[in-house]
Amino acid sequence: MLNAVDKGLLETVADLYKIPSGAFSLRKNGSGLFINSSENVTVKAKEGQPGIDVIVKPGTKNESIHIPVIISQSGIKDMVYNTIEIGEGADVVLVAGCGIHNSGSEASQHDGVHNIIIKKGARLRYIEKHYGEGNGSGGKILNPQTVVEIHEGGIGEFEMVQIGGVDSTHRVTEAKLGKRAKLVIKERLMTHGEQEAFSDIKIELNGEEALADVISRSVAKHTSSQVFRAQVIARSAGRGHVECDSIIMDSAKISSIPEIRAEHPEAELTHEAAIGKISGEQIIKLMSLGLSEEEAVKVVIEGFLR
Amino acid sequence: MLELNNISIDLNVQNGNGKTRILNNLSFKFEQGKFYCITGPNGGGKTSIAKVIMGIYKPTEGRIFFENEDITEKNITERARLGICYAFQIPPRFKGLRVKDLLKISAAKENMGLRNSLKSVGLCPEEYMDREVDESFSGGEMKRIEIATMLLRNPKVIIYDEPEAGVDLWSFHKLVNVIKQKHEREKAATIVITHQERILALADEIILVSEGQIKQAGTPEAILPGIKKDIECELSGICGGDDYAECCR
Ligand SMILES: Nc1ncnc2c1ncn2[C@@H]1O[C@H](COP(=O)(O)OP(=O)(O)OP(=O)(O)O)[C@@H](O)[C@H]1O
Ligand SMILES: [Mg+2]
Repeated sequence: MLNAVDKGLLETVADLYKIPSGAFSLRKNGSGLFINSSENVTVKAKEGQPGIDVIVKPGTKNESIHIPVIISQSGIKDMVYNTIEIGEGADVVLVAGCGIHNSGSEASQHDGVHNIIIKKGARLRYIEKHYGEGNGSGGKILNPQTVVEIHEGGIGEFEMVQIGGVDSTHRVTEAKLGKRAKLVIKERLMTHGEQEAFSDIKIELNGEEALADVISRSVAKHTSSQVFRAQVIARSAGRGHVECDSIIMDSAKISSIPEIRAEHPEAELTHEAAIGKISGEQIIKLMSLGLSEEEAVKVVIEGFLR
Repeated sequence: MLELNNISIDLNVQNGNGKTRILNNLSFKFEQGKFYCITGPNGGGKTSIAKVIMGIYKPTEGRIFFENEDITEKNITERARLGICYAFQIPPRFKGLRVKDLLKISAAKENMGLRNSLKSVGLCPEEYMDREVDESFSGGEMKRIEIATMLLRNPKVIIYDEPEAGVDLWSFHKLVNVIKQKHEREKAATIVITHQERILALADEIILVSEGQIKQAGTPEAILPGIKKDIECELSGICGGDDYAECCR
């Protein structure tokens, strides 16, 4: 069942200290380990394909659903297809996360396609944490693809965090927003060593008064590299804002490519992008409060990525 | 207890002919339990004195002694841990760092009154604790948070760099009282860099700094009349323009 490594991963990616009582699915080393539905949320294995279906009944409120994936065996290559449907007027939190512990020499990889549908007037807070650990030479690879559809008046709040230890990631997020739908994406990314991260976000504002806000903050250390591309396309009188803010350290490389495209005369789109080193003043201030230089750098980065 | 011994600082400047001297052969002895004010014209070198004490600037020449130990080579962290504190003239802003995080870092001991430190500077903890110390704060709020962090330190030497700057009248008097109370309670060497007469009047000793040097030092009774005379001269319109230096010195 769950050993200490598994428990550590679960804690890190899903803030879980034990198996929760509500709607839940745990996938370990490429196969489903636990699955549980609640009265209003059905979680079941997908037919014909690896993965799960999560169906939230219309009007469901105050429920959290956990669907973590952990890989603790070296050399696993896992691929899943998940469908998540939030019924009309529901308001729920979904915690998806993936943790890889690789102490072997073969690459461990988890690729996931999440299809998320937020129905009319529903709200979903989606939290996804990615994390890699283990000192084997095998790579830790995560390639999530998230396709989101938000219907009239629906709200999606997405927090996507890659905390560290993932050697290679190619993240694709696509969203289509209907009338008065709202999507906020908060992305936090940290790369170190020789890691590579690629994030590609594409949001289409199709309905009147749709609103999208993308806030990405990242830190690249050592010789790691990051490419961040965020595209917001307004096909209606929607509003969108893209903000990418990065701290660069050592010999890292960062490309930040925000793109806004308007195809409607009343669209309002803005973007901001900044890449810079840690401010010397901040480090000096923290050192003058008694922190060492290393501690000061850590505080600045942790705050920035919080 | 804190001695600046023939301190000079030359900074490399990008334009011009290479070097500029911002402190020039400056010496002074600060004593424990005394309240000092440093005042003087803009660009005179007040902040530079604070930075050289904190270890932010390294002197080109001269030595610094603290409790009879030569600390010239010690870095900022080491000096902070010895009990040297500095409230910045312009405190930096941090994205993501909350007021409570900054206060926790500042607290010399655990469980010190983080909330009380905010209350002392007139900021409501409920409203401020969870806010980020970022661009969203006004200048005066930043200054007051900076003073709040100082209240949590356990200093032997504490320097406040223009605590009044940008602070409203009501809060100004509050801050002055808080600084005074901390001084009376802890008996550190308190050094306030200021342009405010109300603070200058509290000093055991006022140090007048200009052109990178100490021009005068003495009690408020000895120093303030001269400064007042300069101001009257300025207001009377006798001096001004090119005659300023001639007329007022
Ligand atoms: N890092 C620096 N680079 C270049 N010049 C500097 C630097 N730091 C200080 N100076 C110069 O040294 C002089 C003294 O500066 P300092 O900040 O100590 O003045 P101050 O007395 O604190 O002035 P104010 O009342 O305006 O705060 C000024 O002419 C300033 O321009
Ligand atoms: Mg100054």
